Amino acid sequence: MTMITAVKKIGSRQDLEALRKELVKERRAERPVISLCNGTACRPYGCLKLTEDFKKELAKQGLEGKVELRVTGCHGLCEKGPIVVIQPGDIFYQQVNSEDVPEILSETITRGKIIDRLLHTDPATGRKVVHRNEIPFYRKQERNILGNNVEINLANIDDYIAIGGYTALAKALLEMTSEQIIDEIKASGLRGRGGAGFPTGTKWESCRHAPGDIKYVIVNADEGDPGAYANEGLLSGNPHSVLEGLIIGAYAIGAKQGYVYVRNEYPLSLANITTALRQAEQLGLLGTNILGSGFDFSVRINRGGGAFVCGESTALMASLEGKVGEPRAKYVHTAEKGLWNRPSDLNNVETWANVPLIINKGAEWYRKLGTEGSKGTKIFSLVGKINNTGLVEVPMGITLREIIYDIGGGIRDGKKFKAVQTGGPSGGCLPESMLDLPVDFDELSKAGSMMGSGGMIVMDETTCMVDIAKYFLTFLEEESCGKCLPCREGIKRMRQVFDEITEGRGSEKDLEFLEQLSATLIDSSLCGLGQTAPNPVLTTIRYFRNEYEAHIRDKKCPAGVCKALMHYYVIEEKCPGCGLCVKECPQQAIAFMGKKKPVVMDESKCIKCGVCYDVCKLGAIGKR
Amino acid sequence: MNDKVTAIINKYGGERGQLVSILQDIQAEYYYLPGEALIQVSEIMGIPASRIYDVATFFKAFSLEPRGKHIINICLGTACHVRGGSRVLEQVERCLSIKRGQTTKDHKFTLETVNCMGCCAVGPAVKIDGDYYGRMSTDKVEGLLAKFE
Repeated sequence: MTMITAVKKIGSRQDLEALRKELVKERRAERPVISLCNGTACRPYGCLKLTEDFKKELAKQGLEGKVELRVTGCHGLCEKGPIVVIQPGDIFYQQVNSEDVPEILSETITRGKIIDRLLHTDPATGRKVVHRNEIPFYRKQERNILGNNVEINLANIDDYIAIGGYTALAKALLEMTSEQIIDEIKASGLRGRGGAGFPTGTKWESCRHAPGDIKYVIVNADEGDPGAYANEGLLSGNPHSVLEGLIIGAYAIGAKQGYVYVRNEYPLSLANITTALRQAEQLGLLGTNILGSGFDFSVRINRGGGAFVCGESTALMASLEGKVGEPRAKYVHTAEKGLWNRPSDLNNVETWANVPLIINKGAEWYRKLGTEGSKGTKIFSLVGKINNTGLVEVPMGITLREIIYDIGGGIRDGKKFKAVQTGGPSGGCLPESMLDLPVDFDELSKAGSMMGSGGMIVMDETTCMVDIAKYFLTFLEEESCGKCLPCREGIKRMRQVFDEITEGRGSEKDLEFLEQLSATLIDSSLCGLGQTAPNPVLTTIRYFRNEYEAHIRDKKCPAGVCKALMHYYVIEEKCPGCGLCVKECPQQAIAFMGKKKPVVMDESKCIKCGVCYDVCKLGAIGKR
Repeated sequence: MNDKVTAIINKYGGERGQLVSILQDIQAEYYYLPGEALIQVSEIMGIPASRIYDVATFFKAFSLEPRGKHIINICLGTACHVRGGSRVLEQVERCLSIKRGQTTKDHKFTLETVNCMGCCAVGPAVKIDGDYYGRMSTDKVEGLLAKFE
């Protein structure tokens, strides 16, 4: 990592520009760059060791100082990690491991030769792709926000400034009035990326006009949706973009104190935003008289404690006050009375990161991307039964089909698509017939789902939709804070009905009851958690009613997931009698019958743990 | 009075708004929240002990019971769930003869679950003592646990 060259404070726009030029010159030095992903998703692949291997090998081959090793945040295509991108040439290597390192340096870096086996294969054509931008996964994306991750050493302010970071801040503080900034944000059409999609400029405006001298701005980085790590990839990979947006917002609203509320389960995000904050303070981009504008602003970081409900604005603010994270009714908006009863503006990580872009390029430019009601791009964590798992950033208006098939490369293992879930526990499951729906706040809501903070979970024929609805209810039952009765008791009662259905004791009346109870929760719960809790239930009943009926009438789980309604069996013609499942079965429920003879399973002993199913690589254990 | 606890409180200037962070740091030191430490926080910060207890029991991250040497976190996020995360959890429960939230009798392992760790691509994911293990399946559980002393 390069060190901060200027320890002295940046006191003016001229200082910032001079530093930027100096840094750009240093970066332009004619040396190749190896950009290596060190994001959270690449960690289980051993990217930390790989980084060390690169450092050692660079020294060994005498390339130290001649090649820049850039250790960055998430590159997006997590499925194929660890990822290495080499410049010049935009050469994309995937699934790189330690043994590949000497060859990458001696062949690609020194001799300019491409290593074929490390290249990405286009699943559609079967052809190898050399350049990152030609990979189908990246081609349809617009990585306006996430794209800079690959340019920046983890939490390195020099890199951020070199690519034009904090120029939007200078423009906002020195050329624009608060009203002009708010007008620009309003004109851009930016809507909150945390899920509900409230217009950001309007929120800022009401907070600015709310009576009171002391106001707060808050970054909501408590990304609690299970299966969503979009905020994580952004906050850990490019924390300064969030910070820059926050400072601009604070100036526009008139806040002198900001908070970043980070989910404690994200150690990398926490570490990097902490470092970023310290760097910004050292350079004078936070503190008093920022860039000579006369504007003072400081930021504190708070950690969450593992409560999903704290992603709700009033609960988050209660937690910031050191209280339990219980929400309150929003008769009075937090823009008027929020943290410590003072006007407070809370926005999602991604919303804040959009701000510098809008200020720099203008609302007009920003509006060009997207649909009538949803502008700009949206980051999703595309996960589940999909070929290219990863973080994607797409223009609003793109269809779900394009995301899943063109970017995501379709369904894993040649299975059939069943549903896509967006919006986490507050969202819904959409079937194949809805795949041509555009990614748009209003369209997704109309279909019974929601944009959410960025989880997009793809499900195939082996996913049981009744089980998924039960999964979300179980999750929400645990996460309900218990303050209001409809949520506390209603979710529990719904989950109990799902227990009945998935254990083969469901009745025809259950669905009607679930729909009634859902209506009660929507109408009478205190906060968004309870109000949206029925969404997974209602959408699965609406689009996958036949699966409910199979559980209730036929006492069968078509996907083979609900334990009480399925059992494992030996597919005799596929079983060579190797005996591996016999050895692994914890119940001794499988008997070895001799070499080359299929094994025999005693279903009365089977506890349906699934070890035999996992251990058999020949697919000789089936579910029915 | 325990100096370590006092030092943690001072690090945050004794600010009430930092209570969750203070408790996180105490837990990082002791692996759980000892009763005496909570009383000390209450006395120094001037917050009723009942309020501290309120916060310590509300947030899932905190444990009032001593935890094991190794903390196992099984991810039950949606992406891991659809890929069989709950079966991995059940297998770990069987192998260690404990349920989630519990600690083995020899205090070697504590088994916890988490709702997404941000590595959905390699789900089902398991984290033990800060190291991530991806693409878990029931048959890999025993071998993984055996690595820990």
